[in-house]
Amino acid sequence: MDKLILSVSPHLRAKTNTTIVMLDVVIALMPALVMSAVVFGLRALLLVAVCVATSVLAEFLFGLLCKKPCTVGDLSAVVTGILLAFNLPVGVPVWQAVIGSIVAIIVVKQLFGGLGMNFANPAIVGRIFMFLAFSGTMSNYQIPNDAGELVATATPLVATGDEVPTLLNLFLGNNNGCIGETCAVALIAGGIYLMVRKVISFHIPVVFIGTVFVLSLLVVPEGQTAINYALYQILSGGLMLGAIFMATDYVTSPYTKWGKVIFALGCGLITFAIRQWGSYPEGVSFSILFMNILTPYINNWTATKPFGGAK
Amino acid sequence: MLPKLNGVIVPHRKNTAAMPAVKMPAPKSVTIPMNMHIGAPSVPCVKVGDEVKVGQLIAEAGGFVSAPVHASVSGKVTAVGPMLASNGSQVTAITIESDGEMTVSETCVAPAISDYDSFIAAVRASGAVGLGGAGFPTAVKLDVKDTSRIQEVVINGAECEPYITADTRTMIDDADLVKEGVELLKKYLNVQKVVIGIEKNKPEAIAKMNELAREDSTISVKALPSVYPQGGEKVLIYNCVGKIVPEGKLPIDVGVVVMNCTTLTFLAKYAKTGVPLTEKMMTVDGSAVANPQNVIVPIGTSMQDVFDFCGGFKAEPKKLLYGGPMMGIAVPDSTAPILKNTNAILALAAKDAVLPEPTPCIRCGKCIDTCPLKLMPVEYARALATGDMELLEKRKVNLCMECGCCSFVCPARRPLVENNKLAKAELRKYQAEKNGGNK
Repeated sequence: MDKLILSVSPHLRAKTNTTIVMLDVVIALMPALVMSAVVFGLRALLLVAVCVATSVLAEFLFGLLCKKPCTVGDLSAVVTGILLAFNLPVGVPVWQAVIGSIVAIIVVKQLFGGLGMNFANPAIVGRIFMFLAFSGTMSNYQIPNDAGELVATATPLVATGDEVPTLLNLFLGNNNGCIGETCAVALIAGGIYLMVRKVISFHIPVVFIGTVFVLSLLVVPEGQTAINYALYQILSGGLMLGAIFMATDYVTSPYTKWGKVIFALGCGLITFAIRQWGSYPEGVSFSILFMNILTPYINNWTATKPFGGAK
Repeated sequence: MLPKLNGVIVPHRKNTAAMPAVKMPAPKSVTIPMNMHIGAPSVPCVKVGDEVKVGQLIAEAGGFVSAPVHASVSGKVTAVGPMLASNGSQVTAITIESDGEMTVSETCVAPAISDYDSFIAAVRASGAVGLGGAGFPTAVKLDVKDTSRIQEVVINGAECEPYITADTRTMIDDADLVKEGVELLKKYLNVQKVVIGIEKNKPEAIAKMNELAREDSTISVKALPSVYPQGGEKVLIYNCVGKIVPEGKLPIDVGVVVMNCTTLTFLAKYAKTGVPLTEKMMTVDGSAVANPQNVIVPIGTSMQDVFDFCGGFKAEPKKLLYGGPMMGIAVPDSTAPILKNTNAILALAAKDAVLPEPTPCIRCGKCIDTCPLKLMPVEYARALATGDMELLEKRKVNLCMECGCCSFVCPARRPLVENNKLAKAELRKYQAEKNGGNK
């Protein structure tokens, strides 16, 4: 008999790993990826490819440079790349997307210690960085017209008069915005997949979206029905993408159930406040970043009460 | 409705559930360690060269919390000396070379039991320890002084570990002994309520125990969900009688005594025959074992002898375990002896023995979501790494029962149980120093 393996129990593990979890997120993003190409044309796919390739390469080279084990196999850089690309208008130049991806992976993730150690969502900060650095291209929302040429039109959150899309078009994704955020039905399908696979729980998406919905009911403009206005608010902008895929990032959101609820409530409140009173039309990324920073405190406030534990 | 405790769904692998136990013939020799229970080690009372018979006392209890040990084969004592125990410590062990006869000692006569005191004395003399795993001396547990403190006895038939079916077979094949055991508890401990907790994946055992419940209104059967770890003491008590054992307290403090079903049947058998705890029924299984089955084995038999009896190995064993895969202890070699509280030995081939390499924690919180005791393994890992003892204390790592749910479910394959064990030890050290400083 060869040497026996000695290890601490348990000697049995569930059939899962980080790669499988990340792969599930990638799969959940596929419907929205298809819809981004349908709505914005093939350039949307180019942006996704560029962001994913840059993210993976940046992760690989950083590991090589710092003599750390290669971690691209866990697919977390792929997720970051797709999410960052989903947050870009279709007309953003490739070189800007490359810089955004490098900031996301190197500055936000690797410099803090790599996967699991970053305090803010890399894709969110990458997007905010690009928003500040390349504000021209990042606020120039274009969409192909009937002839296939990219033309700038209003996004749902700033649209007025004839430009206002119907709820059905918002739901199906037939409206202007960042390439991955417009099709609510594709994003919701991905979210349901993640919940069925138990990758995420319902807490963050439902409370985040629910908070924006309820608060919107309080500020309905004259001439609109309350339900229509609130639905319009939750189907517009980056809310679905942010609430389902970005705010649920394990590393940067609370790990307790009540923590998730508080986190999502905060996200909803800030998103609503920025949309309502801020100078930006959209506030989803800022709200998530702000709550990312509060996450360690929320974890602390919502620590579990051990079964039978004395005071 | 009480809120549910969490857990994990583990593969059952109860391959041997339909196999009544087979008695193994006497091995060439047995090596019986003196620490087969929680508490003070037993003290040998035989010397090299002594002839012994099955059931003869070979070591006396080493204190109040301790248990006597009896010869499991007849033959000659060939060694009384140090042995390396599975936890790495040195322990005294008695080696007996078997004469192959299995002659039962004339000292084995049914004990005279007439009241509480003589019952406890008999339990003490029987060498009984908790056979479910922990090995706490049964006489100490049952010696509650005032029997009115016992409101319920919970019989543990959960058997939540994968592979193991020894308790299942006990309940099915020895149902009459369960009944006699309950009679003893009623008669001498004045027990009025007995709840038998069994996981739902054992319908045959549940049916058998329900038959007893129909005959005796003190007995009730609680079918437990097949969610690991139903057999954990605090979890079992909560799910069977709805009580919470507070931190630092014992089940008896909330009026509950928990006994493994096999401990109970052993006591019933002992009361009739006077043959002390010298053999153990256990499950032999695992991907490397040729013929998995339930076997009745003399205590002190080496794992190797038992595996040989089960047809040897069909694949090269890479890991040998005392107990199930969730809480079992890996041993360094196959000479490890069968102990009083061994309810299974497993031999795992490479595919089950090699664990995946850990990757960075992604703070998913699944360890928190699955912990039956609502603990926070993710925080213990960080607190231990940074030496934050206050956090370990505040988050109650001391309550961890090491059931393994957190490690099982972790997608990053972190060794969370290992970490919790270390954190518990570090916290104890820290608290001892703190209390020492205050004095």
